Amino acid sequence: METTKINEKARIEQLSEEIKREMTRPVAVMEVCGSHTMAMAKHAIKSFLPPELKVISGPGCPVCVTSSSDIQLAIELARKEKFIIATFGDMLKVPVEGDSLQNYSNVKIIYSPLESISLAKQYPDHQIVLIGIGFETTAPLIATTIFKAYEEKLDNFSVIPMHKLVPPALDAIFEDGSVKIDALLLPGHVSVITGWKYFEFIKKYPMAGVISGFDAIDLMESLLILVKMVQKGESGVVNHYERLVSAHGNLKAKEMIEEVYEFDTTSWREIGDIPDSGFKLRAKYRHLDARVRFKLAPHKIPSPPGCLCGSILMGKASPTDCKLFAKACTPANPIGPCMVSSEGTCAAYFKYQLPRN
Amino acid sequence: MQNSRKIVMNHGAGGRQMQDLIQKIIVKRLNNHLVSRMDDATILTPPTEKRLAMTTDSFVVSPLFFSGGDIGRLAVAGTVNDLLTCGARPQALSLALILEEGFALSDLERIIDSIAIACNEANVSVVTGDTKVVEKGKGDQLYINTCGIGYLDTDTDISSYNAKVGDKVYITGAIGVHEVALMKARNLLPFEVDIESDVAPLVRPMMPLLDEKVEIHVVKDPTRGGVAQALYEITSHSQCTIKLFESMLPITKSVRGVCELAGFDPLYLSNEGKFVIIAPEKSFLPISHSFPDAKLIGEVIHQNSPELLLETLSGGVRRVGQLETMQLPRIC
Repeated sequence: METTKINEKARIEQLSEEIKREMTRPVAVMEVCGSHTMAMAKHAIKSFLPPELKVISGPGCPVCVTSSSDIQLAIELARKEKFIIATFGDMLKVPVEGDSLQNYSNVKIIYSPLESISLAKQYPDHQIVLIGIGFETTAPLIATTIFKAYEEKLDNFSVIPMHKLVPPALDAIFEDGSVKIDALLLPGHVSVITGWKYFEFIKKYPMAGVISGFDAIDLMESLLILVKMVQKGESGVVNHYERLVSAHGNLKAKEMIEEVYEFDTTSWREIGDIPDSGFKLRAKYRHLDARVRFKLAPHKIPSPPGCLCGSILMGKASPTDCKLFAKACTPANPIGPCMVSSEGTCAAYFKYQLPRN
Repeated sequence: MQNSRKIVMNHGAGGRQMQDLIQKIIVKRLNNHLVSRMDDATILTPPTEKRLAMTTDSFVVSPLFFSGGDIGRLAVAGTVNDLLTCGARPQALSLALILEEGFALSDLERIIDSIAIACNEANVSVVTGDTKVVEKGKGDQLYINTCGIGYLDTDTDISSYNAKVGDKVYITGAIGVHEVALMKARNLLPFEVDIESDVAPLVRPMMPLLDEKVEIHVVKDPTRGGVAQALYEITSHSQCTIKLFESMLPITKSVRGVCELAGFDPLYLSNEGKFVIIAPEKSFLPISHSFPDAKLIGEVIHQNSPELLLETLSGGVRRVGQLETMQLPRIC
């Protein structure tokens, strides 16, 4: 065990030296995945990188990019009698106009969406509403849950679809153009489902991208590959998570998504509506859409004053640019979702800050 | 009367039923001549030329019984360990009970027995107490409050304000055990884990270190908020920078597994039978005689600049902040 640790340290130092040697000009890398943000902060990766290698956080946190108006729909249902809202824990504390799901006793934290089916059977006189949140990673399992509910003809189960897709978010960032990005650190978990070819579209920008794992060594190796690609002017996708990511991903998962969902325009925090950036249920399953069943109508909710979450998600600002960061906005008292979510940029920066000197 | 062995409001009324309860269930088990007098105040004779240390604690742990201990053992351990952090030798405890109507007398007996055993381990006595009863629904079975008194030599100077550059940071054993044991007791773990709370009074191991005046600068018990919170407070009081080494933290497989699955950080999990000790390196030998599982986990590296740092497994260095959000409520 000890030898492995010593080798890891030596390897990281070696990679750090190589990165410094390869850098002939400043490079800006956007890390797209919230889990990467957390992993980089936890391993203090930035302390191994030269200052000219900038790492910018992107829109990789599903809770963070979910609009307040969507979360408000869940809160409205939580206020009703005989409703149980099933959600991943992260959603509980996201503040929406002074309220949040944690204030309601009929909200249950689940670790797998399939638990909501068990809840529906356990409480036949209640309506169980699953919050269908997440990127491509969670969509297959939520689709499977919807499929199961359909097959078992459950009449007290429904989903509020809040899925988001990564490529439209990247398109929105590039179209905006205000952030200079030279390369992308691409999501590991999403790629397991979708396959690495899903990200080949980045050639059109043109942009270099590397799919990375989550260990310190994975991240450093991926950053080295990116730096080399940028120096050579190369674009396209390199898969550096071969142990889990294949070219075409998990075909069964993709089939399930195809069976249950079709593309839809969805509303992203700050960015606004993006066409084909999420899912709605196909007609066959639409009776399981909570918005349809309960006639929910989202209304626009402004961001809290001073909250920079929207800009941070687009890579335009860093948490330290936000006047509220670590002062009025802390994990105990969050103002925006970036501070609440376990994959939120502000939460990562707050928890794993680098030394002052 | 013989079947319903439960607390009733009358047990708190001050009359015969209360006297009976105290005499037969509490005092009999505590078994010392001071508390047996059942006076409203107990007279203690302080040793000459010693200073007095005092601490207070309240205990609201839920559930009352968990693997490795219970609220009674926690009450004794928590109080005496607080006294030890300033180098005081614990002498006497007060014990105030707030009982909820309907609480089972058999549970109360178990808890008082546990207090008696822990007092024995800690060489202390409960010398005075109080008993109150609240209506059903106005309290959660049992809350305990204690006050502890200890004595220390005039030249003993152990405090969280004393950490110095060059000092080493030691932990007397594996971290996070108590909080994980409580997670197990609350059925929050979706799998079997073999774990017992580390709750224990640390009087016996500390005595040789105090008797022999081993040079120790800081002793702190990392309870709520864990090692991270305890060290954060020390860096603030001593105005120093402490660097921890992630590779040196003693974490058992069970605790590590639970943390990885539940997303907890072991540095913030509470411990009820461990000390953080900050001392010069030469003191490690006597410390390790008292605490065989003691491990080096960090060092004090700067003065005049309060910061708590962690060197990660991969060699990067980052800050460790205060506990911001609770990981588990009512753990002590």
